[in-house]
Amino acid sequence: MSRWKADFPIFTHNPKLVYLDSAATSQKPQAVIDAVTRFYTESNANVHRGMYDLSERATEQFEAVRACVADFIGAESPDEVIFTCGATEAINLVAGGWVKKFLKRGDIIVVSQMEHHSNLLPWQQLQDLGVELFSLPLTEDCRLDYQVADRLDMSHVKLIALTHASNVLGTVNPITDIAKYFREHGADAKLLVDAAQSAPHLLDNVRSLGADFLAFSSHKLLGPSGVGVLYARKELLEAMDPAVFGSHMVARVDQKSSTWADVPAKFEPGTRNLEGVIGLGTALEYITSIGKDALHEHEETLIKAALDAFANMPDIQLFGPKTKENRLGIFSFNIPGVHPHDVADILNRYGIAVRAGHHCAQPLMQQLGVPGTVRASLYLYNTTADIEALVEGIASVKRTLGLA
Amino acid sequence: MMEMQEDPLYREIIIENWRNPANRGVVESPDFDVERDNPFCGDRIRMTGKIKDGRLTDIAFSGQGCAVSTAAASLLTEEIKGREIKDIQNLTEQDALSLLGVQLTPNRTKCALLAYRTLKDALKQID
Repeated sequence: MSRWKADFPIFTHNPKLVYLDSAATSQKPQAVIDAVTRFYTESNANVHRGMYDLSERATEQFEAVRACVADFIGAESPDEVIFTCGATEAINLVAGGWVKKFLKRGDIIVVSQMEHHSNLLPWQQLQDLGVELFSLPLTEDCRLDYQVADRLDMSHVKLIALTHASNVLGTVNPITDIAKYFREHGADAKLLVDAAQSAPHLLDNVRSLGADFLAFSSHKLLGPSGVGVLYARKELLEAMDPAVFGSHMVARVDQKSSTWADVPAKFEPGTRNLEGVIGLGTALEYITSIGKDALHEHEETLIKAALDAFANMPDIQLFGPKTKENRLGIFSFNIPGVHPHDVADILNRYGIAVRAGHHCAQPLMQQLGVPGTVRASLYLYNTTADIEALVEGIASVKRTLGLA
Repeated sequence: MMEMQEDPLYREIIIENWRNPANRGVVESPDFDVERDNPFCGDRIRMTGKIKDGRLTDIAFSGQGCAVSTAAASLLTEEIKGREIKDIQNLTEQDALSLLGVQLTPNRTKCALLAYRTLKDALKQID
């Protein structure tokens, strides 16, 4: 019952596959695969360099994707879009280029207990400079408890770096309200949004979110891997330093010193993943053609079906919001007494692909008091039949392990 | 117990040793006390034991692990308890894996060998 599933050839080649790991990476529509092949077949040349037609054409296509990304996220201008190798690198650029330059000893970066390692470790590294981290705790219902003004010196908060949606719990955080709360309580802070999980589903607009920085990855959003985007307001990009150095990002190079190129080239040293960027452009066209409303309607049906299914399995421990409001189709669970890897291994016998482990969110696992969880995550090609398969699969796991 | 489904990995020997593992716990005033992680899954095994006159007189394991690593630790500790250290030193990875008697994928082999590798660390400690 997904009108889009047929667009994804992985399911033709693996007809029994029940793919429930889109939070790790999404499958790719044929259009994206074709775009990558077409670029190599018809237009491959390095960009911004050649004085010949082919290079001009490659450059045009590459820069057209920058404009397409800007439209997709609602940036003011394509210059606010930096192509990186992933969301991780995008966040590291802000740590190395903005925080290092502008934050001082005693300044505070606010994160949360549900961060993916990629939105925690870059900030942890800055503690050597005297920058402090403050972590927002979780409520009982796995949402962020952000009214912390009495626990924190707001005048020192300079950056709020939060995930828009948890890759473990599925919680969608009210980041705009959180930033507003902090600013109303005296923080002069920028907002960095880790949109790795949310961008594929919510089709974020950076202006309505009030994001100063936003990072996402292509591969979770139907595009090729090895490409990500850092969005930042232009004046921030102009003020911050580059954090990776080499060719293309320079204005002038002397033997002992160099000056930087203008934004965005300043942050794009070397040769980017050209075919990956081209594929990302096609992925964004594909998702835009589906539209927010159709996507949300489909996902809401799936989320409701999954929450109902978990409610009917009271012995299964579900971590994350139990209601469909402000949550994505990411469901972390455990069968009590059973290790997540055993569950995932047995589900695999039935063609069900789930993730098991700490999901690169070890502080959250410590908070939940578990070594890991099983995670089933949904996207537009999933159907309620996939959720039924998961429910049957869980019953089979219990039978295999002699628990039922 | 209900009849179990045939599974290539979760055979009775694994299920039994997972649900009722031998030598689970911590040995008091041990002669060795070592801990090892499986970085792939974050599992951790602690192994403690006593040695007298060149013989392993007591051994126990604790920690969090999957059915495969727990069953492997149970079978391995049963296999070596009471034996001479120099015998134990000759145990190979293959010996440890064959105790389980099932085919393992490369990832699950890491689970199955966690106890064995922890034991090897312990033997180094008492050297």
